[in-house]
Amino acid sequence: MRTRFDKPLRPLTELDAQGHLGVFELADENGQVLFIGYAGGKSLFGLKGEIQAASKRLSAATHFRYEINTAYWTRYQELLMLHKADHGELPAAVEFTGKLGRLSPG
Amino acid sequence: MDLQLSEEQQMIVGMVRRFVREEIVPLELNLDPDTDQLPPADRERLIVKTKAMGLYGLDIPPEYGGPEIDLVTRTLLAIEMAQHRAGLYSPCYGVFGGAGLAQLFEATDDQKERYLYPTLRGEKRGFFGLTEPSGGSDPARAIQTRAVADGDDWVINGGKIFISGADKADFGLVFARTASEKGRNGVTCFIVDTDTPGFHVRRIVHTLRSANYATELQFDDMRVPATNILGQVNRGFAIANDRLSRQRIPYAAGCIGVAVKAHELALEYVPQRETFGAPLSSRQAIQWMLVDNEIDIQTSTWLVLDAAHKAQRGDSFRKEAAMAKLVGSEAGGRVVDRCMQMFGGYGVTKDFPFERWYREMRIRRIGEGPSEVQRHIIARDILGASLR
Repeated sequence: MRTRFDKPLRPLTELDAQGHLGVFELADENGQVLFIGYAGGKSLFGLKGEIQAASKRLSAATHFRYEINTAYWTRYQELLMLHKADHGELPAAVEFTGKLGRLSPG
Repeated sequence: MDLQLSEEQQMIVGMVRRFVREEIVPLELNLDPDTDQLPPADRERLIVKTKAMGLYGLDIPPEYGGPEIDLVTRTLLAIEMAQHRAGLYSPCYGVFGGAGLAQLFEATDDQKERYLYPTLRGEKRGFFGLTEPSGGSDPARAIQTRAVADGDDWVINGGKIFISGADKADFGLVFARTASEKGRNGVTCFIVDTDTPGFHVRRIVHTLRSANYATELQFDDMRVPATNILGQVNRGFAIANDRLSRQRIPYAAGCIGVAVKAHELALEYVPQRETFGAPLSSRQAIQWMLVDNEIDIQTSTWLVLDAAHKAQRGDSFRKEAAMAKLVGSEAGGRVVDRCMQMFGGYGVTKDFPFERWYREMRIRRIGEGPSEVQRHIIARDILGASLR
């Protein structure tokens, strides 16, 4: 079972997300992930709305990828843990105030 | 069994009921509907309140600093604490504290110093690692994780699945086979620090559940000192088995709590909602759903209180706990399903808690021993040795 995003990053000009629940990543031109977010039950316009809002806040973000997922809350935490396992820290723009677990995905 | 609550029980239950309604439910209006965590400031504020109420660490025995509250009352409180959106798997978001892993009360003094007391102080967290990919209902035979003695250590290889909280834990109880030919007598319980080389949390196992997700673990030549054996070598299954029986009582109580809340929401809704010129509550189809809810809730409440009563008296309660778990989880599922039906389209939206309860309640018929295993336990009890 895969744990990492298996979709390529695409330019934000190609944003095709709709109102689904799910998780997403925003990255800069070099593919460095700047933000990991989710569209949850309180998102007015789902992934589309959340990706648009986050990309407005992050001027360096040029690329995106997303995953439609009704288990967005656990998948979101998994993506944060994977990023931390790979890079030693969360993306600077992520504000996660809860207790985050540790993964050693191998 | 006397089903009349004492004055003290009524007072404590009332206090917790108000706490859930006045402190937890309003907070949830602003939280993501799938969350299992409170913002840290709210969590700390509420822990101060539960401590002031004298109800923090409810399951901690009084000799270890916990409040002196009997098991029947704690069961009643578990029913109350589940009465909110996240209540099934994250009752009151943990602000009433917990006793951690009850097996540690049987640990050696050295193990208590290193694991039990830090857990009771809220400094460490533990996980319970029993189930493996080869099966969870029959752990005595299914455990394939192996531990081999090497000098003063044991070297563990294998894996676990559906383990809650391992990624956030400081240590865990890991059950491993130490004598392959001895069946249930060949299992040993090890206390494992999660920073031990060879301990890996490989992934989250995504399920229907929103809170307290499960993880998959892998052990590669994980070296554990013999001083970290809990109990005796080859006697770990009794530790696991005891936990499984005890856990069924609060497990059933959580299901009942959610059923009570779902039923309450439906009772408020159906007199207001009109169809074809009359309130839903005037329709016999709706009335019968409410009647069935009432019967399901009452039946399962009596069974779980009976199990708690017997456990508290020190009587055998294995059959009663199995009956409570079986009926509580199945009745809870039926109640939530009916309430969702009464709410119609709104019932399946994330605007209401039913969809989360519906998903999470389905797991309750499987977790902590599926309904079929509970029936097996009850059958073995009533048929006696002839079935063993």
